[in-house]
Amino acid sequence: MAPPIPTSLFSRLYGPRGWMVVGAFALLAFVVFPVCNLVLPKDSLFYISDYRVALIGKIMCYAMVALAMDLIWGYTGILSLGHGVFFALGGYAMGMYLMRQIGLDGVYHMPLPDFMVFLDWKTLPWYWSFTEHFWYAMLLVVLVPGLLAFVFGFFAFRSRIKGVYFSIITQAMTFAFMLLFFRNDTGFGGNNGFTDFKRILDIPIATSGMRMTLFMLSAATLIGMLLMARWIVTSKLGRVLTAIRDAESRVMFSGYNPVHYKLFIWTLSAVMCGIAGALYVPQVGIINPSEMSPANSIEIAIWVALGGRGSLVGAILGAGIVNGAKSWLTVAFPEYWLFFLGALFIVVTLFLPNGVLGALQDLWSRKGGKRSDAPPAGAPTNTKVPS
Amino acid sequence: MSDLKAPAGDAAGIDGRVVTGEVDTIHGPILYLDDITVSFDGFKALNKLTLTIERGELRCIIGPNGAGKTTMMDVITGKTRPDLGTAFFGQTIDLTKLSEPEIAKAGIGRKFQKPTVYENHTVFENLELAMKTDKSVFASLKAKLNGSQHDLIGKTLDEIALTQRAWEPAGLLSHGQKQWLEIGMLLMQEPRLLLLDEPVAGMTDEETMKSADLFLTLAGKYSVVVVEHDMDFVAKLSGAAGTVTVLHEGSVLAEGPMAQVQGDDRVIEVYLGR
Repeated sequence: MAPPIPTSLFSRLYGPRGWMVVGAFALLAFVVFPVCNLVLPKDSLFYISDYRVALIGKIMCYAMVALAMDLIWGYTGILSLGHGVFFALGGYAMGMYLMRQIGLDGVYHMPLPDFMVFLDWKTLPWYWSFTEHFWYAMLLVVLVPGLLAFVFGFFAFRSRIKGVYFSIITQAMTFAFMLLFFRNDTGFGGNNGFTDFKRILDIPIATSGMRMTLFMLSAATLIGMLLMARWIVTSKLGRVLTAIRDAESRVMFSGYNPVHYKLFIWTLSAVMCGIAGALYVPQVGIINPSEMSPANSIEIAIWVALGGRGSLVGAILGAGIVNGAKSWLTVAFPEYWLFFLGALFIVVTLFLPNGVLGALQDLWSRKGGKRSDAPPAGAPTNTKVPS
Repeated sequence: MSDLKAPAGDAAGIDGRVVTGEVDTIHGPILYLDDITVSFDGFKALNKLTLTIERGELRCIIGPNGAGKTTMMDVITGKTRPDLGTAFFGQTIDLTKLSEPEIAKAGIGRKFQKPTVYENHTVFENLELAMKTDKSVFASLKAKLNGSQHDLIGKTLDEIALTQRAWEPAGLLSHGQKQWLEIGMLLMQEPRLLLLDEPVAGMTDEETMKSADLFLTLAGKYSVVVVEHDMDFVAKLSGAAGTVTVLHEGSVLAEGPMAQVQGDDRVIEVYLGR
């Protein structure tokens, strides 16, 4: 009666087809892109421009955020409309380091970042201490979003704030942070934020080589996060998370403390966003408070809903589709982008309840003559491992 | 935070014989409610309720709507805190000081009125999640079923007659099967006390009688409290000697064997409105 139990971690994470997709992605990111961008001559048919590399690199950072959102929303059923704040904080932590790397090469040729000189500040504020060290900045990338999420989550989950109330206070949180960061005297460059980066680890940042390095780093991080998330959702912990989504009271009366579980996945999700933000900033070359605007956080939820909630690959796909369409449409028809986004969301909600990936899987299984989700009652024991 | 602590002063064990975290029933009942009062905006859902459940007993509790049956379950499982009164599990565990998961870990399993199972998980996974084991976050991350745990799930599947459906999502089960699955989940928790809130609601007559047989086999092994409306079912469960408790307006109206309770004037008045 028992279904085949995955014998190794390798086969638990993905089946052969899944690993092939991951492998193909790795091949693209680590071989095809570098070759087509760095080796091929610019007039070659297969040349990939620096712009494209930076664009895909940026979208991969968004895909990490989508993964993080899927863990907390798709799997645990907690809709956050404030994930942008964690992304931005990770970005700001990285940005502080990049600002320090500018050194004396700023417009004013002063040891302080330009915006501080402009504000007539004489010394760095205390919270800028040590930010010239890369390791310290990396620590901030993880700790600041993680700590904020932990404290926020601790009080929210302990007070049993759920559903739409939770969504609203996360939205309020990101809005409050945006207002805070808009202020010049907060010490993060006000509405201009940080830009004009020159170097990272003393290496010039605006070169093809550095761009490709950051691109590959993003791809590696994305793959790493995907496998980690997959490891979590295929573990018993993942099953408890979905159980919390579906019947929290039963989970509680089975002896699990949902607060601990929610806090774990919520904090992890925030840290993932922070790392994504840190990879994003050197690739786009700017971080400012608009990343914390409520609309940005809502968009993250749209990516996941569109790609397929409760499917990790779906979330990545959603981030890719929406942002790919965005980068094309905002150039081709700039004034219609928001209408398109709205229409997309309505279409997905009405016709693709399981997102694009869910629809594709449905199509696939119908073609194959079987439906994966609803075996007829009384059918012989089905022995497939949930994919 | 997760581990159960017996309140220091209350552990009445002589020579420290009481094992911390274990249910101590050497000196008396498994569940002891005394003078419990719960009011919601002035309405007393429970009014000085006093109730004792003996070890291994199967107790049926009946009462009209609004008698306080579900509120009583809420108090025992930590969902609702009483305004007044004491609630003890065994001799040492003060239920009014513990959270829901702590009470569940201490050994009280609760079945809800509406069957509550994880619809997107398979039947097997539902039982796996309920199984008594370390339920902390990091233990769950590393958890792997061993052979004996696998066997235990298989045994429970047999008991609730769902072996054939083990690998289907629980959402595809019939209403009665979901009720059984939930009971199976309670058994996986290896509780000392089972609280069953209308466990046969929505079942066919045949399923109801099968359930009664199942519960009768549980009595003795566990202490069982059944809240039910179905009089035939209660009569079958309690038999000639079992105690039936009638709740009314938040306190105990009558208590005794079924025949005696059914003949009680006050009970007849409450039920028939004479």
